[in-house]
Amino acid sequence: MSILEVKKLTLRFGGLTAVSNLSFAVEENSIMSLIGPNGAGKTSAFNCLTGFYKGSEGEILFKGQSIFKQKPHKITKQGMARTFQNLRLFKDMTVLENVMSGMHSRTSAGVFGAILRMPSQIHEEQKIRQVSEECLEFVGILDKKDRLARNLAYGDQRRVEWARALATQPQLLLLDEPAAGLNQDEKEQLVSLIRRIRDDLGITVLLIEHDMGLVMKVSEKIVVIDYGQKIAEGTATEVKNNPKVIEAYLGKEDEE
Amino acid sequence: MGNSVGLIDRLKENLGGKKTRGAALAVLFAVVAILPLFANNYIEEVMTNTFFYIVLALGLNIVIGYAGLVDLGYAAFFAVGAYTTGIFMKMGVDFWFTIPISIVFCIIAGIIIGGPTLRLRSDYLAIVTLGFGEITRIVARNLKITGGASGLVGIERPTIFGHKLYQITDFYYTFFVLVILAIIIAMRLHNSRLGRAWQYIREDEDAAEAMGIDPVKTKLYAYMIGAAFGGVAGAFFAVKMTAISPETFAFTQSAMILLAVILGGMGKIPGAILGAVFLVFFPEIFREIGQMRMLVFGILLVIIMVFRPQGLWPQRKS
Amino acid sequence: MSLFYIVIQQLVNGLILGSFYSLVALGYSMVYGIIKLLNFAHGDIYMVGAFVGFGALGIFGSILGVGWLGITVALLISMFLVGLLGMLVHRIAYQPLLNKRAPRMSLLITAVGVSFTLFNGVMVMTNGEYKAFSTSLGYEGISLGPVNITYTQIIMVVSTAILMLVLYWFINRTMYGKAMRAIALDQDACRLMGINVTKTISLTFFVGSALAAAAGVMAGVYYGSIHFYMGFIIGLKAFTAAVIGGIGSIPGAMLGGLILGLLETAGTQLPFVGSAWKDVFTFGILILLLVSKPTGILGKSEIERM
Repeated sequence: MSILEVKKLTLRFGGLTAVSNLSFAVEENSIMSLIGPNGAGKTSAFNCLTGFYKGSEGEILFKGQSIFKQKPHKITKQGMARTFQNLRLFKDMTVLENVMSGMHSRTSAGVFGAILRMPSQIHEEQKIRQVSEECLEFVGILDKKDRLARNLAYGDQRRVEWARALATQPQLLLLDEPAAGLNQDEKEQLVSLIRRIRDDLGITVLLIEHDMGLVMKVSEKIVVIDYGQKIAEGTATEVKNNPKVIEAYLGKEDEE
Repeated sequence: MGNSVGLIDRLKENLGGKKTRGAALAVLFAVVAILPLFANNYIEEVMTNTFFYIVLALGLNIVIGYAGLVDLGYAAFFAVGAYTTGIFMKMGVDFWFTIPISIVFCIIAGIIIGGPTLRLRSDYLAIVTLGFGEITRIVARNLKITGGASGLVGIERPTIFGHKLYQITDFYYTFFVLVILAIIIAMRLHNSRLGRAWQYIREDEDAAEAMGIDPVKTKLYAYMIGAAFGGVAGAFFAVKMTAISPETFAFTQSAMILLAVILGGMGKIPGAILGAVFLVFFPEIFREIGQMRMLVFGILLVIIMVFRPQGLWPQRKS
Repeated sequence: MSLFYIVIQQLVNGLILGSFYSLVALGYSMVYGIIKLLNFAHGDIYMVGAFVGFGALGIFGSILGVGWLGITVALLISMFLVGLLGMLVHRIAYQPLLNKRAPRMSLLITAVGVSFTLFNGVMVMTNGEYKAFSTSLGYEGISLGPVNITYTQIIMVVSTAILMLVLYWFINRTMYGKAMRAIALDQDACRLMGINVTKTISLTFFVGSALAAAAGVMAGVYYGSIHFYMGFIIGLKAFTAAVIGGIGSIPGAMLGGLILGLLETAGTQLPFVGSAWKDVFTFGILILLLVSKPTGILGKSEIERM
């Protein structure tokens, strides 16, 4: 069964068509990748899925419900989380506080709860802390929870982003170029982390990635897009040998 | 200026330990609590005025410091609170019942101004809030129920447990209690789910939204709570002064409260308090400058932003 | 007076008011376009312009007379001096923050501080009194039935048009104008191309402030009195005008000012608005517009990249 279905998605900016007639589906409990040369429209498509861009036409179904043109926070609440290509941490807050943000949509304390310190609110605060620490433990940086996010090494800052996304307790996790800027060692750890996210937590993963080695290793299915359109779809081997894909990459790569 | 700032930094460092800080706070509290036993009316009056501005500064700090929203018309909420209490008391409602009414009216005003405009860029918000402040003043000047240009006079003094509040000492303690309540509420809000949500939005609105936080709703809360602070302060202001007029709530008033928050350091409770203290004490100490006061404030605001944008109170270090 | 003549009369009034708004709105829009700062002090620059013009007329009026010659000289002096004031404000208050890449909120608050300084500075110097801007201009003009359009009114509108044409030429045809437009698009790239960014921003402040000063002097001449408080409301209105036209757009600011001037004079004729409520009316328009079309009439919508 597909957890996410994208049907004929089109996104235009003025005269430019960034995504055109794109359709694909993500199977529940799978690891899937969206790849394509630079400027192919991957991130634009991602932003449509997560509500940051309003698509021009088409339909996006998440768990069978339309999320097309919905606001990002509503989409997150329904169980789809994302990370950002360029790190978007809350830099002047601690690592733990960063991750606690993920629990916002799963909790409900409001103004009166805060002012009156009611038992339910205190209990909720403990819960937020506990879940956030579990997420930090999962990505392996629990020991750094009290440091300011801006003071962390780049690789660790990436982990904070993943932990933060996991704290929203999603069913589908969208990773936007998670390997960007990581060294070989960290990339290996990322591969195993992505697998653990799926195997241990049962979260479906969709990623956009540039690093072909990583994509080929981790994805069960790959969708290739170029000029905003889907040009191929299949397993790693199928995609690798597809002449259209080879052409798109070889024709584009030196222009970067 | 550099020297005095350094002094505060060093003071904070010396008071860094939790124990020393607790002791210092206890001493400060005790001194303020028994001050009326020794002080004359003038000092009590100045202190009461300080308390009043502390409440307003803490309220505005929620909007601008916590949530990072510019508000150049904060006096409007304070006006709505004062007028609501004044009008209802004239209709015979007891003072203590007018407070919740004032709060509700202020929250409604907060929603009216915030609802449609909080989606806007911060600079647009600045002008909208400024205009809203002006509109409030114009409305107060043109309506019959608000007493027109001369305002409302002869507002009754309130009674508590059969004791009528009319001496300056009565108001000293009333406002002191208000300050303590305001500090507790501001602190608790800061360390809550909502307080964190404000901070997330201030730091990175897109990332906050990706985490499932509704930015518009969260910002609106900041507005509503800030408005409620202004409303309560306004209600007490009305009964202390017994007369209110539209010109009390001009832009200058909003700018002063803003200055208190910026001066102390946005988002910091001790900062807002320090700012309010400075704001009231400064013109009292330099009485002879009279008219020049506002001019000095203007220059000061520029100097602070250029040289120490984080305000007088030092940053939290980690 | 029949409805037709009321409309003509209000059209003339609206055009004059709109001219003032446009000139002030241009400064807002230019500065916003180049450094994304809502120059809160701009309304006060207009007010200072009126006072400098008043002072200049006081000095040169005795030699040149208080007719058109004296007024023109006073206007030019005011434009020049206030232009310099604008540059000074930029150098002292804004540029240090721009260098530090301070958050926009800090910049905005600094602008509030500058506004406060100018406003209270003039208040102290004038003791908060109204000053009569006396000129020898009469009420002669062209009569259209009961409507009298004075030569003063015609000259005001024509001067505004001339100033705008000069500005348009300056922005589109000169090196400085091109640099300004380039900086608005990408400051860092401009630096790499050898454009002196700081100097160009300074120049923008000069031009914007000079235009506001021109409006200030003209308003002083037209209404006959000036006051330290006069910049506050017009600052608000001119900003509204800039937003109506699309902030950052030069033709937008011109158009926005005229539209707002006409709307406002029309508004005062409505029975439920009247002069007491006209500011509320204008402001309602601003809020409605910001909510429904924040990019304004001629503004470009921008798409933010993640």
